Amino acid sequence: MPAAGPRSGAGSAAEPVLEVRGVTVSFGAVTALADVDLAVAAGETVAILGPSGGGKSTLLRAVAGLQPLDGGRVLWAGADLAGVPVHRRDFGLMFQDHALFTHRDVAANVAFGPRMQGATAKDRRARAAEMLELVGLGGFGPRSVATLSGGEAQRVALARALAPEPRLLMLDEPLGSLDRRRRDELAAELRRVLSEVGVTVLHVTHDHDEAFAVADRVAVMLAGRVARIGAPVEVWRDPRLSAVARFLGHANVVEVGPGGAVPWGRLEAGPGRAVVRSDAFRRLSPAEAGSGSARSLGAAGGSTVEAVVVDARFRGDRFELRVRTDPGGVELVVLDPELAPAGRRLAYAIDPAAVAAVD
Amino acid sequence: MGRDRPALRAAPGTRPPVPQPTPAARLRAFSSGLPAAAASVCVVSFFAVFFAWPVAGVIAEGLGSAGIGPVADLLASPAVRSVVWFTFWQAAASTALTVLAGMPGAWATARLGFRGRRAVRALVTVPFVLPTVVVAAAFESLFDRFGVADGDGLRLRHTAWAILIAHVFFNYAVVVRIVGAHWAGLDARMEDQARVLGAGWLRVFGSVTLPRLVPSVVAASAIVFLFSFTSFGVVLVLGGPGRATVETEIYRYALVRLDLTAAAALAGVQLAAVIALVGISTFLERSRSRPEPVQPIGAVRRSAFGPAANLAVMAVLLGLPLAVLVERSLSTGGGYSLRNYGALLERVNLLPDTAAAALGNSLMFAAAAAAIAVAVGGSAALMAVGGRAGRLGRLTDAGLTLPLGVSAVTVGLGILLVLDRPPLDLRTSVAIVPIAHAVVGIPFVVRTVVPMLRAINPRAREAAAVLGARPGRVRREIDLRVASRGLAVGAAFAFAVSLGEFGATSFVPRRPETLTAPLALFRLLGTPGTALRGQAMALAVVLMALTAAVVFVVDLVGDARDGAI
Repeated sequence: MPAAGPRSGAGSAAEPVLEVRGVTVSFGAVTALADVDLAVAAGETVAILGPSGGGKSTLLRAVAGLQPLDGGRVLWAGADLAGVPVHRRDFGLMFQDHALFTHRDVAANVAFGPRMQGATAKDRRARAAEMLELVGLGGFGPRSVATLSGGEAQRVALARALAPEPRLLMLDEPLGSLDRRRRDELAAELRRVLSEVGVTVLHVTHDHDEAFAVADRVAVMLAGRVARIGAPVEVWRDPRLSAVARFLGHANVVEVGPGGAVPWGRLEAGPGRAVVRSDAFRRLSPAEAGSGSARSLGAAGGSTVEAVVVDARFRGDRFELRVRTDPGGVELVVLDPELAPAGRRLAYAIDPAAVAAVD
Repeated sequence: MGRDRPALRAAPGTRPPVPQPTPAARLRAFSSGLPAAAASVCVVSFFAVFFAWPVAGVIAEGLGSAGIGPVADLLASPAVRSVVWFTFWQAAASTALTVLAGMPGAWATARLGFRGRRAVRALVTVPFVLPTVVVAAAFESLFDRFGVADGDGLRLRHTAWAILIAHVFFNYAVVVRIVGAHWAGLDARMEDQARVLGAGWLRVFGSVTLPRLVPSVVAASAIVFLFSFTSFGVVLVLGGPGRATVETEIYRYALVRLDLTAAAALAGVQLAAVIALVGISTFLERSRSRPEPVQPIGAVRRSAFGPAANLAVMAVLLGLPLAVLVERSLSTGGGYSLRNYGALLERVNLLPDTAAAALGNSLMFAAAAAAIAVAVGGSAALMAVGGRAGRLGRLTDAGLTLPLGVSAVTVGLGILLVLDRPPLDLRTSVAIVPIAHAVVGIPFVVRTVVPMLRAINPRAREAAAVLGARPGRVRREIDLRVASRGLAVGAAFAFAVSLGEFGATSFVPRRPETLTAPLALFRLLGTPGTALRGQAMALAVVLMALTAAVVFVVDLVGDARDGAI
């Protein structure tokens, strides 16, 4: 995941331009945002990652000024935005359903923002053409919005959001309506366009692959709170909360006793709860397992586990094996380059680097 | 009709931000809200003065000084009771016949692909907007032509049958368009599935199609019933002296017997019945309508027989009376000539001015009425859809539709009762005619524009705001642009409604300046004598051509959305 732009290793931005401080929004009894804090540095791309209903879109709407706050503040360059109406915030927002103006053609959609800024007809035309060129839709200007494919509509929406040169661009599930392959293509494309423009970006998605592909930092939002924020690799390797680990797809969350005691033996981890990533397991050959090297491995500081295969799923590059440890009877999910039939007994070495303590 | 309206707006319980906006921001918000507020005040006061007040005046007059006693006596009288009974059963019978006649047409326009489908749909709509007096004239001409002199054979004039047939003719389009639009939106794969599972076409229709069509059939029936219940011109002309409904009795009591109190009492009865009907139909629609994903899939089937059979029915039902009307208008003495049309330019003792002048008045009034209807109705539609409070919007919506149900005669009587003395004495002013017509026409504008505005993706408005459009600019750039087509269609409907308006206008004092074409036509029709009759037919043809042209063109060009009726 190579990244352009500043990649701050820490959980907070170096010099924040956008600051969300203690923002709370509730709809009746439902709390959509609970005391949310977030800081974004100039030129940075932050992905808001979370399941649907987690409050991601509400956060974007709150920053845009479309959603009144029940508490907290949104600041830009240190100035409170409370009295600034939506149309004067100079932010761009790309909606999940694109919300293109169906009664206007592609060029008029893109030129809408510059028109609101009072640009001349000539400048607007030039700007629209330039933006369409940027998103790879040169010559689409006179097309009717209704004739666009999903990917094309997405690009037009991006061009429209970028045309007025917003200080901050917010993307709400921009790739949500596309199929897997188009998503991967367009995520790369999005990354290119945004780094070319150099704009500050808040990118909402429920897909961690997408978040990792586009973002400098990822904020995981669960139940209206920012549960974990950091660089993609950090968040992936060290989710810190078991809820975050589960959301990211880490299936193996285990309870660790004193001295690394786990039901199947020992794990290189402190007491409490730990997440063992599925790619932590290296299958030991029968020779290795039988010759006692497993035990010697364990003695050398790594840990091992013996387990019986429950079932297997083909994942393309790997097999995803569901295994039950013996002893211990704990179910684990293991990524293994080789297939093993149900009932087969296997031994694995566990890479301590792929084990992280969680709450 | 407002079926299956998705709840578009309204995050529940949106509250103002806790950090209060700065005074400057509040001032800006206030001033940007000013034009909207002013428009709201105009809309509300227009309706208060020209609709609510007159109707209230009618009720007050009906209950009047003497209280409920005389009203009860009047309503208990056998004559009035038989009128009320006839009003109900003819409306019920008209509705049943119209639905029966209209279903095949709805099926054909919804499910069959044939050349000129849109043209047929537009043509079918023409009778609906024809002036009632023209429809009456058409059937009079039909009976003239084919009616047999004395008793034997087909004798329809001045019978209940004449009224029923005219109502079917008039409301056929309501069923075809409302049910047809719903039908076209139903997923045809369900029928295919039933057929695959072994159901014959009749079973498929009875057990799969019809149950799903119930909401639109109920909606269409409610409208047809309402229109038949408050039908005025048709009953007055075709029913003759023996066949009276509540509506024509209001007119007779007010203008012939000059008993305004009795007329007002009857209007009160009418109003109560209409409100009850609207309530029942709304309840039925609510409880029956089940949301279904609207996606016309595999719907269109090529066929020759279906359209042919339907076109034949339509031709006989809708075309014949109009064709005969044209034929009668051209027939003079032994042969055919344009003499009847020439006579439109001549003075007749019966009328305060020539028929041609009446046509000129009508066109002028129609233009003015359409302009008022678009201005008031358009603002009202924006109010109904926009605004912060969803409930207020719905209330506005309902309030603006009310004139659709309240009979024109009641409105006319109300204007006669309350707008004839200071502070607002409009009875002597020519302006009262277009204003009254606009009151009747506004619901059409609202009904066409509101669904279009509701169909706007609320995100589009937000997108415009984020892109830098002020709230007023959002309205202009998004709502007005989208609604402009609806406004054009609504304006055309309002124009057509004004051209044919008869009930309310009949209460306006008779003066040369306020003589409208339908009034002139009614007078000419009501007078025996072949010369005047020919002239009446010619006037009816001209009026028909004008209305039909307006609606047909708009329908074809603008493709008036279904449910616009």
